[in-house]
Formats: sequence, C-alpha cells, structure tokens
Amino acid sequence: MDELTPVGARDAGATRRAPRGGDLTAAARESGVVWAGMVALGVGFGALVTAHGLPWWLAPVISATVFAGSVEFVLVGMLATAAPVAAVAVTTLLVNSRHLFYGLTFPLHRVRGRLGRAYSVFALCDEAYALTAGKAPEALSGGRIVWTQFGMHAGWAAGSAAGGVLGATVLGGLHGLDFVLTALFVVLTLDAYRARPDRRTLVLAAGCAGLALVATSALGSQAMLPVAMTSFTACLLARHHVTRRPGRA
Amino acid sequence: MPEAPLDPGYAVTAVAVVVAITVTLRALPFAVRGALSGSALLADLGRWMPLGAVAILAAYCLSGVDLTAGSHGLDELVGVAVTVAVHRWRRNALLSIATGTAAYLLLVNVGLPT
Repeated sequence: MDELTPVGARDAGATRRAPRGGDLTAAARESGVVWAGMVALGVGFGALVTAHGLPWWLAPVISATVFAGSVEFVLVGMLATAAPVAAVAVTTLLVNSRHLFYGLTFPLHRVRGRLGRAYSVFALCDEAYALTAGKAPEALSGGRIVWTQFGMHAGWAAGSAAGGVLGATVLGGLHGLDFVLTALFVVLTLDAYRARPDRRTLVLAAGCAGLALVATSALGSQAMLPVAMTSFTACLLARHHVTRRPGRA
Repeated sequence: MPEAPLDPGYAVTAVAVVVAITVTLRALPFAVRGALSGSALLADLGRWMPLGAVAILAAYCLSGVDLTAGSHGLDELVGVAVTVAVHRWRRNALLSIATGTAAYLLLVNVGLPT
C-alpha cells in the first residue's frame, strides 16, 4: 500500500515500511524524554495513591487500564472518600470530553491491523495526540505511532507501580517534575507553528484558553481544559463556515 | 485518609466505569470521521486543530500557577523561556525539554541565589 502513496522524493525513505526495530528506535529517539517524564509523573501518582490510604497496587492497575493522567488524579480522591459511582462517571465524562476532538485528526489510518488500531485508540492520551497529529501522516509509520504510545503507557504504569511501592516518603524530596509536560507542549506548539505559521489559530486557542481559565476559576483546574477545547472547536467550526462560504472558495 | 478500608467490589466498578467512558470518548470521533471523510470540514480541522490543541494543553499546564504566592510564577516563566530559547537555538525537542525542566527543577528545589 505504501508503494501507491504519492509522496515527495524527500519523504520516500520515511514512508517505506521500516523494520520493527527501526520504528522502535525512531519512537524512542523522538519520545524517549516523554517516556521518562511519564515514569516520573507515574511515581508521583503512585505516591498519591498510597498517601490516600489506598492499596499500592491500585496505582499500576488504574494507570494501565485508564491511562488518562488528569482523571486518574481526580479518581484517587474520589475512591478514597468512596464517592458514588455516578459521580465518578460524570467527572470522567467532563474531564475527558476533550478526547472527543482528538480522533478527528489523529493519523489512525497509518496504523495497521485491528489489534494495533484498537490499542492506538485505547491509548490515545493528550501526549499521544500532541506527538503525532501535528506531523505529516506520510512521515509517520504505524509501528512508530504504536511504539510511541506503548512507551508512554508502559512508563506511566511502571512509574505508578514504583511510586505505589516506594510511597511519598522516599520520593517526596523533588518537586516540579511535571514541568516535563509543560515543556513538551511548549515545544510542540513551537514546532506546529513553525510547520504552519497560522497566527489566527494561535490567537483563537489562546483566547479560548484565557476565557476558559477565567470562566472556570471557581470550579478548579480540571474544568479549564474541556471548556477551552470545546470553545476552541466551536470557533474552528464557525471559522470553517465563514471561510468556506460559497463564492469565497 | 479513608474511614473504612477500600471495598474491592466498589473499586473495580468505579475503575471499570472510568475505563469504559474514557475509551468511548476516544473511539467516538473515529466513527464520525468516516462520515466526514474527504470533506472540507475535516481538512480544515486537520490544519487548525493540532496547533490549537497543543497550545491549549500548554496553557492548561501553566493554569495552576499561583501568581499571588511562592515565586509568583517566575519559576515557570524562566522554565518556559529556557525551553523556548533552547528550542529556537537547536531545534532539538529532547534537549529543549530536558534543559527547560532542569532549569525549572533547579529554581523550585534549590531556589534563586540570594
């Protein structure tokens, strides 16, 4: 199938089916620092689980099955206070509703096989979307996408197990490792803008983020993301209808 | 601290509900995408969404910064500035993230020289 994909001469090498090891190496080279960051964040999550008086094994179990960092941190507090399952469901729906937009542009068509695709959808966290969606799909092999996701998934689960076992006492000394994610998204924003210098999109996104931050300041930090993503998508839909009006090409 | 030990049945149910909702939210747009395939709308979203989404995620990461206490956001400002500067200089994501995070960790855990 790759042979039929029309690509520029420069991209031809990247498009050809790479050996498995090549995909893993490419994923590790590009995402290794994110994997390491996931381990570090997972340790923090594991320590939080035991700090709430919950059994340590719950940390890797939640991280391996849910694999959605933000809602996991909220879930731990709810489990510790035995919150009703309905409240857990509504919270998950609100916090994770941003995922409704990722699938629209995630390059799933590059992933081969039912199992690979099912896993890729399951493991479509913020970072997985951010690391793949901004790139030209032809430059990404399916194996590289899946390895990128699996590395984050495994790192997050392994870190959670370690944090659960070691607890907050051993690892409480170093604060601020979560800045890895801040730096990651800053870098990805720079790269995405460089690939397509689109000031209008950046202004819309910044405006939606700012408004969402102000509008949800009373509700806690978890509410900002879904509100910002939803309003941003609404702006893009409006922009599409304005710019594609008949007669404006 | 919980008053009573965790009920395993409750924990399994709650986690299963979270997994089911999360997977459904992740899978739903792919069903819609089939209907939109080849459309101008999907092409536009594909052009605009990735940049906006990562910018919003970056803003979200910084949204918890307390400007009224601690370093008043100076640690984060320096961390972001170092990340941006190194990235503009070398265009190496790994190096930019590592350097920016190291600068931030240094400020938060050791502090500015006084």
